[in-house]
Amino acid sequence: MVGLMEIERPVKELEGKIAELKNLAETEKIDLSDQISTLEERAEKLKKRLYKNLTPWQKTQMARHPMRPYTLDYAQALFDEYIELHGDRCCGDDKSIVGGFAKLDGRPVIFIGHQKGRNTRENIERNFGSAHPEGYRKAMRLMEQAERFKRPILTFIDTQGAFCGIGAEERGQSEAIASSLCFMSRLKTPIIAVIIGEGGSGGAIGLGVGNRILMLENSVYSVISPEGCAAILWKDAGRAREAAEILKLTASDLKQLGVIDEIIPEPIGGAHNDYEKTIAAVKRAIKRHLSELSVMSAEELVANRYDKFKRMGVVGSIMP
Amino acid sequence: MLLKDWFAKRPRYSSTGLENSRSRVPDGLMTKCPGCEDAIYNKELEKSLKVCPKCSYHFRLSARERLDITIEAGSLEEYDSDMLSVNPLDFPEYEDKLIKSRHKTGQIDAVITGQASVAGYRTVIAVTDFAFMGGSMGSVVGEKVVAAMERAVDYRLPMLVISASGGGARMQEGILSLMQMAKTGAAVAKLREAELPYIVILTDPTMGGVAASFASLGDVIIAEPGALIGFAGPRVIEQTIRQKLPEGFQRSEFQLKHGFVDIIAARKDMVATLAMLYSFYLD
Repeated sequence: MVGLMEIERPVKELEGKIAELKNLAETEKIDLSDQISTLEERAEKLKKRLYKNLTPWQKTQMARHPMRPYTLDYAQALFDEYIELHGDRCCGDDKSIVGGFAKLDGRPVIFIGHQKGRNTRENIERNFGSAHPEGYRKAMRLMEQAERFKRPILTFIDTQGAFCGIGAEERGQSEAIASSLCFMSRLKTPIIAVIIGEGGSGGAIGLGVGNRILMLENSVYSVISPEGCAAILWKDAGRAREAAEILKLTASDLKQLGVIDEIIPEPIGGAHNDYEKTIAAVKRAIKRHLSELSVMSAEELVANRYDKFKRMGVVGSIMP
Repeated sequence: MLLKDWFAKRPRYSSTGLENSRSRVPDGLMTKCPGCEDAIYNKELEKSLKVCPKCSYHFRLSARERLDITIEAGSLEEYDSDMLSVNPLDFPEYEDKLIKSRHKTGQIDAVITGQASVAGYRTVIAVTDFAFMGGSMGSVVGEKVVAAMERAVDYRLPMLVISASGGGARMQEGILSLMQMAKTGAAVAKLREAELPYIVILTDPTMGGVAASFASLGDVIIAEPGALIGFAGPRVIEQTIRQKLPEGFQRSEFQLKHGFVDIIAARKDMVATLAMLYSFYLD
């Protein structure tokens, strides 16, 4: 979290001074309101300046911030009701992908997302948000029901990647992700994918085949982590900062590359500084896209999703 | 063996580095087998389809070599051979890597696609080449594979993929490479909907973003013996879980045992295996 501390430090210092002054004014009964409001103004300006110009690496830190709202925080605040369903009916229940039935302002939807943990105990339970194959198989089971009962699907993406381990390989991590891609592409129901934090490679795209792909302002989405990229390029994972620049992983980069449809702005200071505002903005965006997609027929939805991904990529030709 | 031979002095070999032992083999005459470490005459190796006659280690093949031993001679009608990778992210040294790979392989990118005859059956085919940036999938590989599958749908032909893509999604094209996974996965869904057979042959190595998209979606998945097939590379897994991986981990035989491969077929039996499958699907 070094990068983040760096950005947050001057703001935190100023805020500390303001608190000190307020305290002083209180205990000594002196009027410091002028000084306080000057400092407060300065802090606001500083925040605006700092948070509007975050580097890709700083955004990566924001996306990974342990206080950032996670999938279940959204589930709680976004919906009138949410009931979690468990298991892939085959092997187990993967707690790094959660999902279930939800009601968005009265409208039934299927909600699925990666879930990270906030502390060691939770992270052990959630496997740091890195899913095993059964996570994707559970997701497919729920998505199949979404199609059968004509419910839209919302997927929330927040993972450093699908898990790399012996069990994951034995149970077919590749097959699970591949099947999910293939399966999602043909579903006759609207799918909206929202990248709320880290969009880590295959683990992210495994839930990411949507008609609309939205991304929070300080989220990242990439084929490889900046650390992994730096380790390959320069044999030095410590150069992740530079790799983050190269990878074009920020929301604005992805909008330019035509990979995402919309950037959802975050409150100043990032999503973790104001859950309510963040979740409200996410809700507004989802509802808008959902109402646009709701007028499309099943065939149009499938064609729309296919064409959307078909367009992605840049190729040249040897022909002049 | 005579009893006295038990006591005879045997030559002792000190372990030598790979580089060192390779240099003792005259160039272009013999090749050292990575499986049994024996030297094999190149002529013999060619005759055996680049499979070690002693230990049946399957050497990696280029996409052209693979086509030569799979399709009927002269039957290839290549698709999109003019399609060229560009550098959409301005990724450092990507152009150099592409140029070097083109020189090394004589290929323009990591996949050859087209229509060809295999064992008398007309099929659309896509073959990836490990020698070209690890057979990794960027925009060109994704686009060519999708375009090939769409043609299979249009012409109502079966689809055959032969993968040697150890490099997964190509890092140098960043998120655009990742999106090729979704794109190719969606194209396989089209094949399924059109009720056309899709056969995959996994060869050494097939990993990452290619394994986690079109290469794992075959109606029938055949693997060559001993091929490394998986999601994460063994080194990455060892670093993640901090333990050594068991012998044979992620090899074809492991994948067969765990239910992710239908058939392991030796190289010499591959065309006959395909013929049997095509006759089941098409006759």
